[in-house]
Amino acid sequence: MDFTPNPADEAFRQEVRSFLQANLPADIARHGKRDSHSARADIERVMKMLNSRGWSAPHWPKENGGTDWSPRQKFIYLEEMRRARVPVLDRTAIDLVGPVICHFANDAQKQHFLPQILNGDCFWGQGFSEPNSGSDLASLTTSARREGDHYIVNGQKIWTSEAQRADWIFALVRTDPAAKPQRGISFLLIDLRSPGVEVRPIWSIDEVLTLNETFFDNVKVPVENLVGEENMGWTYAKKLLQFERTSSAEIPHIKRDVIQLKHLAATTMRRGRPLAEYPPFAKRIAELEIKVMALEWSVLRVLHAEEGDPSLNAVASVLKVRGSELFSDVSDLAAMAMGAHGTAVIPDTEGPHNMRPELDAPPVTDPEAVGAPQRAMFRKAATIYGGANEVQRNIIAKGVLGL
Amino acid sequence: MDFNHTEEQTALADSVARFGERDYDWDSRRKLARSPEGYSPANWATFAELGWFGAGLSEEEGGFGGGPEGTAILFEGFGRMLLLEPVMAHAVLALQALAGLPGNERRTDLVEQAVMGDPVMALAHDEAEGWGLVSWVGTRAGQAGGAWRLTGGKIRVPGGQAAGQFLVSARLSGSIDDTDGIGLFLVDGEAAGLTRKGYRMVDNHLVADLALDGVEGELLAQGPDALAALTRATHHGIAAACAEMLGAMDAALWQTRDYLLTRKQFGTTLNNFQALQHRMADMLIEVELSRSMLFQALAAMAGPEGERDRALAAAKVAISNSGIFVTRNAIQLHGGIGMTEELMVGHFYKRVWVLASLLGNADHHLDQFMDHTPIEPVPADIAALG
Repeated sequence: MDFTPNPADEAFRQEVRSFLQANLPADIARHGKRDSHSARADIERVMKMLNSRGWSAPHWPKENGGTDWSPRQKFIYLEEMRRARVPVLDRTAIDLVGPVICHFANDAQKQHFLPQILNGDCFWGQGFSEPNSGSDLASLTTSARREGDHYIVNGQKIWTSEAQRADWIFALVRTDPAAKPQRGISFLLIDLRSPGVEVRPIWSIDEVLTLNETFFDNVKVPVENLVGEENMGWTYAKKLLQFERTSSAEIPHIKRDVIQLKHLAATTMRRGRPLAEYPPFAKRIAELEIKVMALEWSVLRVLHAEEGDPSLNAVASVLKVRGSELFSDVSDLAAMAMGAHGTAVIPDTEGPHNMRPELDAPPVTDPEAVGAPQRAMFRKAATIYGGANEVQRNIIAKGVLGL
Repeated sequence: MDFNHTEEQTALADSVARFGERDYDWDSRRKLARSPEGYSPANWATFAELGWFGAGLSEEEGGFGGGPEGTAILFEGFGRMLLLEPVMAHAVLALQALAGLPGNERRTDLVEQAVMGDPVMALAHDEAEGWGLVSWVGTRAGQAGGAWRLTGGKIRVPGGQAAGQFLVSARLSGSIDDTDGIGLFLVDGEAAGLTRKGYRMVDNHLVADLALDGVEGELLAQGPDALAALTRATHHGIAAACAEMLGAMDAALWQTRDYLLTRKQFGTTLNNFQALQHRMADMLIEVELSRSMLFQALAAMAGPEGERDRALAAAKVAISNSGIFVTRNAIQLHGGIGMTEELMVGHFYKRVWVLASLLGNADHHLDQFMDHTPIEPVPADIAALG
């Protein structure tokens, strides 16, 4: 054990911070403060800004357009991105399909897809879940039948996050119905403009549109859009989770949210004094911050562990459970810190979509406050997506404790 | 930053683990708990030979090159075996206070003596209404006939029955919670006017309340020097308590795991019940987060004062809460057998219960944490964006 900090890390943090201060357009930063769901136009501009510096996807392998930064530097980069209120980017592309293409796709696929992702020219939706395959993902039934140079895809995906703004979707599809559930699944890239694809919106309880269901009716997908080998999709999807073991802890985002929560508590007045001076609420913030510290240091332990360390096997589940809980909790406290207006529907008038934009909203003008109530509603998804927390507890019980 | 043990740290961890396996099985420990001393003087001599008392001090300070990390390694092991010997009283609270004194020959001698382990020393600092506040000292010190005389009372002194010497805090001036005006004194265990009221805590550790009535003491430090020594002792004590709670909860978790794999109800072993699996998963999460919390506290101990105080306070809050959660659920998942005095698992809970209270409970440390954690509007550079 030696906890001496590396001075190079601090210099790196300043480098990222200065770059963002100099280059992030003010209107995008304002949208980011609201932290509603990001607009595609904003993401496109941010990706071009980052791409000019080679920073679009730092955690990808360097030969694919990533960086050779240390794990700690990649984490600092994410911290600074969130702290500077950069809107959440196309995580489906950067964090999910991108790494799979980097590691398992052929050269032609890499050359075709990766530069478009890095430059924000191609947006992605994700096709894991199906109406009858949620936590039990391996039971999925969307089929891809080989016919000549094409797969014929039939079925339905649901919770296809951000498909409404996407150009492509990656999907786990069943290519061998006779094999064991996990064995007969392939990883397919599908152009959403293909005939037979239909994306239908699902409004979530925050009255924003990111969830969708996507229908495939005899969709012809060229075989060159298969990633890796046929029937190996489950393996690739599992590997995907290991690329970004620490990301489900959401520490960079939660730390950003804590800054915002404190801002709201310090600026909202309660009986003539800032809410921050009211002991019961100040105590809630302190208890949350202590939990965040523990989680952050758990992430640091993983970042400094050597690949292959057996103690890492279950840690992703530990980070996911607690991270998603805090991700939800911090958003609740932020809305509570707004007092009465924290219960209002406040449409983001500069945001990409509002279910009922015609209705009046209270006069909340601080961009740090505008998105808080809606976000508190949406964050209830955090303990469900990415493998529900109950499934994570199953994994811990079996995988670590051997129960 | 490196979370792995160095060679020396691995050797220390191994020596503690070996001692636990060979010399401190549960039956021996139960017998010790019923002995008059409440611990084994023979073990005490072994610890001195193994160099454990100096494991938390650098070589310049008279130790064996460790630091808080060394202390943490020892105490995590102690937590696993539920060690009864008053090592925290002697080698952490008293010795770290001594090491925190201004450098002089007297300090060097006392540190050397403490590292050798004879006599047992104890820090008599806490008073009834202090509840963890380091500057709370009501015991008075005054000069009479060319000597310092101490009068007052100390509460729940760890090692208070075994100690041959006490380090006693007493006030030279000021009101009861002033940070200035405190003195630190060396008091002989047999000194006239010193009365010990010994008792046993729920974890079978023996402690004493002290009554001092004009007890002669040797002034070792006063004012900021004394406060610094007491603060240092408290900080290292918190780190040790956190490490010991971590060891105890981890051991309780895995003993419970083993029990669930063997105990049958409803025709199957308990590990097959999802309600129990999920409780165990939550317990493991708390153990892992506690380990992270301990690391952040150890990392901050070499850092700036404010960050160090904040980090230690956060660790005491989080690890106390996690420790109580894990060890009480370890009893729960054992069912009735977990309630028996004979089984080890309930004793993990009792030890954590005591450690959570020592050196300021979770409420005190949450309060301290809040003092070091301002709630402010967004920093100017963020406000300036957009």
